[in-house]
Order: sequence, then structure tokens, then C-alpha cells
Amino acid sequence: MSLVVDILSAICLLTGSFLILSGVIGVIRFPDFYTRIHAAGITETLAASLILIGLMLIAGWGLVLFKLILILLFILFTSPTASHALGKAAWKSGLKPHGLVNKHDED
Amino acid sequence: MNNMFLIVTTITLLVVMALALIRAFAGPTVFDRVLAGNLFGTKVVLLIAVMGFLTGRPDFLDVALTYALINFISVIGILRFVEITRKSSPKEQS
Amino acid sequence: MSMDAVDVAFTEAAVGAGISPLLMLATLAIVGRYQKTSATLPSPAAAFILVFITGSLLIVGTLDMPAFGAADAPAQLHVAPRYIHLSGEEIGIPNMVTSVLASYRAYDTLGEVVVIFTAGIGVLSLLGFSNSQNNAYFIDKIIAQDEHKILRIVAKILIPPILLFSLYVQFHGDFGPGGGFQAGVIFAAAIILYTLFFGLEVARKVINQTFIRVLASLGVLLYGSVGLVSLLSGKNYLDYHVFADDPQTAQHIGILVIELGVGITVACVMMLIFFSFIENIKQEEVR
Repeated sequence: MSLVVDILSAICLLTGSFLILSGVIGVIRFPDFYTRIHAAGITETLAASLILIGLMLIAGWGLVLFKLILILLFILFTSPTASHALGKAAWKSGLKPHGLVNKHDED
Repeated sequence: MNNMFLIVTTITLLVVMALALIRAFAGPTVFDRVLAGNLFGTKVVLLIAVMGFLTGRPDFLDVALTYALINFISVIGILRFVEITRKSSPKEQS
Repeated sequence: MSMDAVDVAFTEAAVGAGISPLLMLATLAIVGRYQKTSATLPSPAAAFILVFITGSLLIVGTLDMPAFGAADAPAQLHVAPRYIHLSGEEIGIPNMVTSVLASYRAYDTLGEVVVIFTAGIGVLSLLGFSNSQNNAYFIDKIIAQDEHKILRIVAKILIPPILLFSLYVQFHGDFGPGGGFQAGVIFAAAIILYTLFFGLEVARKVINQTFIRVLASLGVLLYGSVGLVSLLSGKNYLDYHVFADDPQTAQHIGILVIELGVGITVACVMMLIFFSFIENIKQEEVR
């Protein structure tokens, strides 16, 4: 039983690590802001959840598990919200996606 | 056995944070920098949690929780600041 | 991590990473991005030389200090062993940092609280007492311009748990990392989040300005009067043994009351400073 839990947590941790790595490579390599926020925002939530779930499986029952769940809930709420706020603010400031003309002087 | 995977996760997180810093310095617009900063902050939360397990001190989870909260507030604050500077002096463009 | 200082990390995460960048941004928003060029700027070379001299003097000073973690350093020999070995019996609190902070070193902590209070008074006297009742803050105009509906709903969901968490930190300081300073900052952070979403006008209605001014001073007063009570009962200032017969229970009561005072003052002063910064953001004149 404990071996199964160990293997599950290892799978979660490794998948999470792979996802954040791919996300940050996307943030570095993609051509403009909107594609970058796509790469970051999508991988971030799932990767953070996976890593935290991996930690939860190690932790077992107790206060630590509860705190991990709190952190997970918090990240699930804030991370997409922050991405949304960022994208909206960028759009309102007149930043156009890659391929369109970058109009800075509309206000 | 478990420790090995924790160490792997820690190293990945550190690498990712370094790469996010590159974007934060290079980013052509303010929003790129804020995005990289947000990414960095989330990774810090995860790093604190993982390191807490690695050193066997789950006390650090409180710090991680505080950091998650503060990270969100900072992003919102910076966005408000960008709005304020844009509205108050329309000639300046970041 | 290597020094095992969870409490310091906690404070640093809350204050260093959260509140101070926000205040810096608010300052930038107030003063604008560029310095007004004056005719007589001191030459940068002189400033550089000054910084260089000070820096090298400080580095020379550190050469005299004992090596990092050395067992014969004065910090390890003087009072630390007593704190480490006896605080369990004398105070009865698992978190040693709290017992040092709130009981052995209660004078220092009182000083810190007074410093924070003084900083709040300083900021208020510079910025806060401009009672121009125009009732239309610039930041409210900006917030009214686009309603972040999603953000508002998320904030409504998040703020109550944050407030609850700050109370947990406040009263959990005996057992784990936490205490009045951190709890106060987290509480203030929740209110700041609320202000950023709903505007200063609304936040002022929720948090009455006069009320938190009074509360900020009440926190310090609470701390100080704990000392006065023990002084009047014939013990030393801030000696908690007057509160109960059992010394450990007495210490518990004393530390609880003192941390409450610290938390109230820190939270109120942080909110006061933030409010008075935010209300001073104005439309920048076109140069």
C-alpha cells in the first residue's frame, strides 16, 4: 500500500516538474505576450496542483495535509485570476497579438 | 526513495525560476515582466513547500501560504499601478 | 533555511515581499517617474566615493566578527543557552522564538511596536491630515472605469479566509511560526486587496479612519499597560508572573495579551499608511 502511494506521489511530482519546465520554455520561446500567457497560465495551475498532490500523498493525514489543501485551493483561485487580470490589462493598454500591427497610440 | 523525487522537483523548480528571471529581464513590455514575476512567485510557493518536506520541517507551509497570498496581491497592485501611470500621464508609454 | 529561522522567513515573506513593494509603487505613483532636474546636482563621483568608503569600512568591520556558526561566538555563549534550555520549563511554549520575543525580550519588542507606531504617526503627519473633503479620489475614478467583475468575485471569496488565516497566525504563535507582527501584516494585506478592488471610498466606509487611528494607539497602550499592571502589583515592568499563580499559565496570559497588542497596532498602522499613500495619488500635471 505504501509503495503504491510512493509511486503515485513520484508520478505526480515528476509530471508536475515536466509541466512547469515546458511552461517556462514556452514563456521564453513564444513570440508575443498573449502566447506566453497561454503557456504560463495553462501549465501553471495543473503543475502546481500535481506537485501539491504529490506532497499530500507523502504527508498523510494531519494538519500538514489540511494546509496543503489550503495552498492548493488558493493557487486554484488566484493563478487563473491573475492571468485573466494580466491579459485584460494588456488588451486594454492596446497591446495587439503577434501578427497584427502593434497600435500603441490608442487610448 | 521519496527524497530523490523531491530533490528532482527542487532542481527543476530552481531551473524554472532562473528561466523565468530571464523573461523578466528581457520582456519587452511591462506585462511580460509581470507575467514572469507571477510565474516566479508561484514557483517560490512550490519551492518552499517542497523544501519544507525535504528538510522535514512542514512548518514552512505557513510561509508558503502567506507567500501565495502576497504574490496575488502584488500582481494586482502592479496592474493597478500600471493603470494609474497610464491614465495620469497619457503621453508616457511603457 | 540553513539557520532554521521560520519566523524570520515568515515576516520577510509578509512584509518584505508584500507590503513594501506596494508602498514603493504607491510612492512612484505619487511622485511620478522622473526627478525634477535641478541646476546644482552634486557630482556622482563624490557620492560614489562616499558609498565606497562606507562599504569598505563595514567589510573591515565584519572581519572582526566570529566565523559563521562558530561555537565560541558571543551570541552562542551569553544568554542563548539559557533561552534554549530553560524556556521550555520557564515559559512552557513550544515555539522558542515567541517566548524569547514576547517574554525574555519584551522590552525590545515594546520598542519595536513603538517604532512602528511612530512611523505611522510620521506618515500621517506628512500625508494624512489633508482633510480636503473633495470626496473623489483619483484611484476611485480609475477603479470605476473598468469593473473587474471576475476579480471582484474572486476577492469576495478570498478575503474572509485570509482574515481567518491571519487570526490563526495571531493565536498560533505559541506553537508554530507566527505572532502579532505577521498576523497584523496579513490582516492589513486582506484590507489592501479589498481597497484595490472596491476603491478607497468603499474601503473607508468599511474601515473607519478615526477608528483605526484610535485602535493603533490602543494596541501600544495594551502592551504598555500590561507592564504597568505588573509594576503596580509590585513586580518588575513586564513581569508576567502577577497574572496567575502557576508561572507557566501567567506567561501564557502575558504573551497572549502582548501579541494581541502587537497585532492590532501593526495591522492598523499598515492600513493607515497604505490609505494615506493611496489617497494622495493625483492626476499628474502635464509638464
